[in-house]
Amino acid sequence: MSFEEIKLLLVERFGDEVIVGEETSGLQPALIIDPEHIDKVCLELRDNPKTYFEFLSCLSGVDYGTESNRFGVVYHLASIPYQTQLTLKISKTNNRDANDLPAFPSITKVYLSADWHEREAFDMIGIFFEGHPDLRRILLPDDWEGYPLRKDYKTAEYYKGIKID
Amino acid sequence: MTEPSNPLKGMKYDIALEQYNKKIADAATQDMVLNMGPQHPSTHGVLRLELITDGEIVKEVIPHIGYLHRCFEKHAESLTYQQTIPFTDRMDYLASMNNSHVWAMGVERMMGIDKDISKRVEYIRVLVCELNRIGSHLIAIGTYGIDIGAFTPFLWCFRDREHIMGMLEWASGSRMLYNYIWIGGLFYDLPVGFEERCRDFVEYFKPKMVELNRLLTDNQIFISRTANVGVLPMDVAINYGVSGPMLRGSGLKWDLRRIDGYSVYPELDFDIPVGKGEMGTVGDCWDRYKVRVDEIEQSLKIVEQCLDRLQNELKRTPDFDPRAKLPRKIIPKAQDYYVRGEGAKGELGFYFVADGKSEIPIRVKSRGPSFTNLSVLPAIAKGVMIADLIAIVGSIDFVLGEVDR
Repeated sequence: MSFEEIKLLLVERFGDEVIVGEETSGLQPALIIDPEHIDKVCLELRDNPKTYFEFLSCLSGVDYGTESNRFGVVYHLASIPYQTQLTLKISKTNNRDANDLPAFPSITKVYLSADWHEREAFDMIGIFFEGHPDLRRILLPDDWEGYPLRKDYKTAEYYKGIKID
Repeated sequence: MTEPSNPLKGMKYDIALEQYNKKIADAATQDMVLNMGPQHPSTHGVLRLELITDGEIVKEVIPHIGYLHRCFEKHAESLTYQQTIPFTDRMDYLASMNNSHVWAMGVERMMGIDKDISKRVEYIRVLVCELNRIGSHLIAIGTYGIDIGAFTPFLWCFRDREHIMGMLEWASGSRMLYNYIWIGGLFYDLPVGFEERCRDFVEYFKPKMVELNRLLTDNQIFISRTANVGVLPMDVAINYGVSGPMLRGSGLKWDLRRIDGYSVYPELDFDIPVGKGEMGTVGDCWDRYKVRVDEIEQSLKIVEQCLDRLQNELKRTPDFDPRAKLPRKIIPKAQDYYVRGEGAKGELGFYFVADGKSEIPIRVKSRGPSFTNLSVLPAIAKGVMIADLIAIVGSIDFVLGEVDR
């Protein structure tokens, strides 16, 4: 199925408001999805016989910079029977408050591979995934402060009173 | 120094951690909590597996990773595309060539110069990648043997891998971390005589594989330890994002060298081995092992075809310059791009976000195949014996450098 057909399919299934935009200028076209619907969209794309996007290649959390204060998650899906690829994007603004992380629905129920990738996005960028079964830090220690891949992150000087050289 | 305060204590961001701590505390009273690693030899690096065991039975496995985290993505956000290549080498350090190949391929496509790369450069890239893949699979096979208790194959595999290391060192100047494939070209052309030496190696190595198969693949003790152990059904594998020899071991013919047909792979003739369940069930440890053995043979076939081309129509000429197409400044236009390629362990992907103004990407995410392959471990290691867990961990063939990045 082509990109346009997938778009039509999603609009037919969920209505107009589910797709909030698209990016077609780059090498890989991307659909921008309403963050609240991402889990339903993924489930539909995985199970629909016309698409069968059953392989989640990559899930990346992105901090789009301190000017826009926008955080996003990018999903790269692959269809094994049709050998096609699709990029989905969701994003929202956030004030970078440590007590109010940007929150998106988790898609671990659709793709189990999202489990560790979402933990990594939580660990590195500080994106909270609602409904994730076990959202702990994955690469950094549990008591690490801050989110290192955020654009406003200041490199830690001490860890538990030990100076980091 | 005062104890650093945790501002998130008791918040919803901490609930998962509290639940985990409670689970371990509860398990410690009823069952036994056993730590395997981070220095356990069969974890092939610094991986810590927390096992909740009931006698010899593993009730649950909780992997703890991150001991080898070297901030690859953070580095990539502060260095230019070319400067990051040595860091990609350190991800899957057993197959560095494959990593830098995928990285270079992604940046070249973003720059729109991927069609300008000369055939000779592409063939050399594929040649060194496949040699490196053989080396990586030899380690997988050898260390798997030693996990199960067979010492000899380990020494044989390392002996043969040493020849590959020697050749790649000759080409690039380094034994493991090559920095050989550059964006738009190569570090150097192959040294004079490389093709002949490589052909000698192929001739030497083919009978060694027969010996290895007689020693390990058809060994009854080895089969008893691996057949019907750690069965990974295909649907579970796909849902967990498992790729590479592990996914093919589960019976799915999925190889990005064929699917995407990148570089010169469409011009080469090779098969994609899949697990057939010859000794037990499809997707068991033996199948995963066998796929790697068969892939070595296919890689040898690719190496021979590359050598044929490199010695005939793509012969070394005095004016051939592998750095001729190297871009002076690498500033891709504003876009984001996900590139994927078949690394030695599976689908290796890089996701770039470029702003079109600077030489430095604003975000790079690396999708290491070992990372997602390892995440399936808790699912397939439920209810097995501790000794079988060793067999399962070994059959996944992960490299911690790529899991933690």
